[in-house]
Amino acid sequence: MKTWRRRVTSRIAVALCALSVLIALIPLAAILFYVVSQGIQALNWNFFTKTPVPVGETGGGMANAIVGSLMMSGLGALMAVPVGILSGIYMSEYAGSRLASAVRFAADTLNGVPSIVIGVFAYTIVVLPFRQFSMIAGAVALGTMMIPIIARNTEELLRLVPHTLREGALALGATRGRAIMTVVLPAALPGIITGVVLALARIAGETAPLLFTSLNNGYWNLDPTQPTASLTVQIYTYASSPYEDWHRQAWAGALVLVSIVLICSILARFATRRLEKMSLGS
Amino acid sequence: MKTSRSGGDGWFRVFLGVFPVLVLAIVVGIGIALFSESILSIRRFGINFWFTDVWDPVPHGNALTGQFGAKPFIWGTLYSSILALIIAGPISLGIATYLSELCPPKLRQPLIFLTELLAAIPSIVYGLWGVFVLVPLIRQVEVHTPESWRQFPLFSGPPLGLGMLSAALILAIMVTPFISSLAREVLKAVPRTQREGAYALGATQWEAIRVALSYGRTGIIGAVMLGFGRALGETMAVTMVIGNNPRVSWSLFAPQYTMAAVIANEFTEAADELHLHALIEIGLVLFIITLFVNALSRLLIWSMNKQAVARPKTKLEPAKIGSAA
Repeated sequence: MKTWRRRVTSRIAVALCALSVLIALIPLAAILFYVVSQGIQALNWNFFTKTPVPVGETGGGMANAIVGSLMMSGLGALMAVPVGILSGIYMSEYAGSRLASAVRFAADTLNGVPSIVIGVFAYTIVVLPFRQFSMIAGAVALGTMMIPIIARNTEELLRLVPHTLREGALALGATRGRAIMTVVLPAALPGIITGVVLALARIAGETAPLLFTSLNNGYWNLDPTQPTASLTVQIYTYASSPYEDWHRQAWAGALVLVSIVLICSILARFATRRLEKMSLGS
Repeated sequence: MKTSRSGGDGWFRVFLGVFPVLVLAIVVGIGIALFSESILSIRRFGINFWFTDVWDPVPHGNALTGQFGAKPFIWGTLYSSILALIIAGPISLGIATYLSELCPPKLRQPLIFLTELLAAIPSIVYGLWGVFVLVPLIRQVEVHTPESWRQFPLFSGPPLGLGMLSAALILAIMVTPFISSLAREVLKAVPRTQREGAYALGATQWEAIRVALSYGRTGIIGAVMLGFGRALGETMAVTMVIGNNPRVSWSLFAPQYTMAAVIANEFTEAADELHLHALIEIGLVLFIITLFVNALSRLLIWSMNKQAVARPKTKLEPAKIGSAA
């Protein structure tokens, strides 16, 4: 009797666990379905080549916003990649030191800081002193968010590099710095680059830190000191407007954004799996 | 020769050390910058800022005479995040358990990939989907809620669709992949011997899983708390579906407001410096809360991992086995 009940309980619990996976997949399917089906209808060549048009006129696109997003993510990466990778190297090579533990904690903390707070931070250090919303301010916000992702990823990948490689280099008389820069780092480099791509994909989808740093711009802008349109802020503006035509544009923007992010994550995943196999094999 | 080499090492370390220090400086810098730019509001309202609910940015007569109380925003942030965790917590643990303990090996990698894909979708896309798909759906649910239920404060208010229920649901969807992947890591750190011991004592599959779950409970609590930290700071999706109405209410159907949402909405339109400082002060407190939640949960997960690493050492004890033989 008791065994019977325990067995049934076990079956039910196991079934509930499987069910929760299904429940989580429903919103994923629903979101992808709507983004693709609504986005495809509104997506056309103009979307990639034209700037936004005023309400009432049909047509127009988000060319300036796409370029703005790319430029800001790129500038952000330019700031974040050196800091992130070199901090990652420090954390892995001097793992036991007090500074390494402190930075590991700081990086995890920074990773958990809400993106809107990062936006406020960039506003206080860039927008306020220069009295100007700008592409640079947006890039600073995005770069700040990238640093902890890249740093932690670099650290973990460097740990995967076999110790024998380091020791071999040191045994040949290389200094520690030289061993790290010419032997250990190149071994992990493909993985580190993958991590940077993943961080870029995540950063390109951010809206909150750009709302009051790079603001928005209806026209082309390549000047880093001026307000700049971004794909995400443009989607937000269009989605919260009452105009049918703008809603369609927002869906098209969402499709482009999701495609970029998903392609990057899928490519990165394949790359890391190959890397893991390689490092396990060696 | 040798000394010059080790000297080179020292310089290398100093050069490399600049960058971690920079990361530390950023975290400290965020705190300092937010504090110094919210000083007007901190001086003017003091502790009352957190316990009053009048939010009136328009100056009456002179400049800097707006009234600012953040209570409705704090309420909305905490209420929506807790509701989201009530929904997402059990589901995430179910997913983590299924993927790490029960799943057929062939399905495991694809399912992990799919559940983590949810985490890759940008917040703004959740918001867009929320506004045009989820909110109309919730509105239908609210319209068809029986009149007798609507007497309860939990279901009172007009059926707008925009409101706490939509916000909590979308937050739940967003934090689920996050919590489940962390909980999966925790379950992975639970030694096999724990489950095998349970099976050896005649446990059913579920009872063995419960042993593993309770062994990893510290880490799992940490994972759920990290999810809570995520939910607290989530901005775009929530801003778009919560209705943005600064009123404290228990009702799931009522439009409410969160700390992140008010910053997103009012920052560029701040009426004067006091308004701006009040908004930055909300950012400062959001920063401090997430700092605290994150630190605590990392500590829990960390202590769990340390425990898992330490266990096998104390258990193996080859000397005793040898002496017994």
